[in-house]
Amino acid sequence: MDWNKGSGWKRQAARGLVFLAAAGMMAWGVYRGEMTVMLGKAVNVCLECIGLG
Amino acid sequence: MSAWNVSDWGKCMKIRQEVKRKIVQIAAFGFSNSYLCNFAGGQLYKGRWKQFCNPGMNCYSCPAARLSCPIGAMQAVSGSMNFSVSFYVTGFVLAVGVLFGRAVCGFVCPFGLIQELLYKIPFPKKKLWKGFIYVKYILLAFFVLLLPVIHTNELGMGAPAFCEYICPVGTLEGGLPLLATHPELRKVVGALFSIKACILALTLVGCLAICRFFCKVMCPLGAIYGILNKISLYHMEVDKERCISCGQCHAECPMDVDPVKTPDSAECIRCGKCTACCPKEALALKFRFMDFR
Repeated sequence: MDWNKGSGWKRQAARGLVFLAAAGMMAWGVYRGEMTVMLGKAVNVCLECIGLG
Repeated sequence: MSAWNVSDWGKCMKIRQEVKRKIVQIAAFGFSNSYLCNFAGGQLYKGRWKQFCNPGMNCYSCPAARLSCPIGAMQAVSGSMNFSVSFYVTGFVLAVGVLFGRAVCGFVCPFGLIQELLYKIPFPKKKLWKGFIYVKYILLAFFVLLLPVIHTNELGMGAPAFCEYICPVGTLEGGLPLLATHPELRKVVGALFSIKACILALTLVGCLAICRFFCKVMCPLGAIYGILNKISLYHMEVDKERCISCGQCHAECPMDVDPVKTPDSAECIRCGKCTACCPKEALALKFRFMDFR
């Protein structure tokens, strides 16, 4: 059995780090109110977003 | 019992895998765009679901959209007065990418399904020149990440540059339905929208001729997930002892990837067509939890 070789532990570490960073970023973003900004933009017709304004 | 040969078995596996994937794609499309009645009046869904991002490309200005497009949301937040980086959306995209990589493109992206259906229309089919796959990284860096932050008005607000100048998904799902239902919007149509309509037309023709043209050339979200394909939990494994180098997987791949040479290619959307067609079952898509090798 010769599964595709690679430095598995490095990949594992990178995956863990990116996932932790992502979770932290999401939590920080929610905490500082980014969801409200996003919701405000997404529920109104945004002329810029569709290339009209 | 009828005598089934390897070819029949291969065809059966391929169809089963493709049917399963299509069911997931249609379910994801339906969930992402569940407010179809909104098309009639041209109003947008305004509920709480819009606080959450869609893992795939689906314009939040589409009347049927339930969730927010992560690329649009990323620019909206980073271009707002209060923030210059969207941690929430970036974190969401990174988390989804590190778990599933570009399997999101293959299974749950609504525009991915649209492109696959377009490709089924009879039209002269072409292969993409390899160099074009790097365009999406330029679009990501320049239009999604840089311009909304550096090109700001006197209030410090940046425009969602990718949505405004490029995104054919927004033109198709948001721009055209809204223009059709809002006469007042038709009065403000100008050169910019004409350019965007041309980009949409080119993209649609591209999708008729080249499988998943938008994913290959233009999608900034696919670019992020593609980079994360190298470390994502959901990945492809190649058993090189079983592989007979027949090249069927490469020939079958809609993204022009050779999965034996590059199983973690940034272009692979994990659609599973290669695993289904392999006569030796040398390819497998699975989650890796511990791979200390």
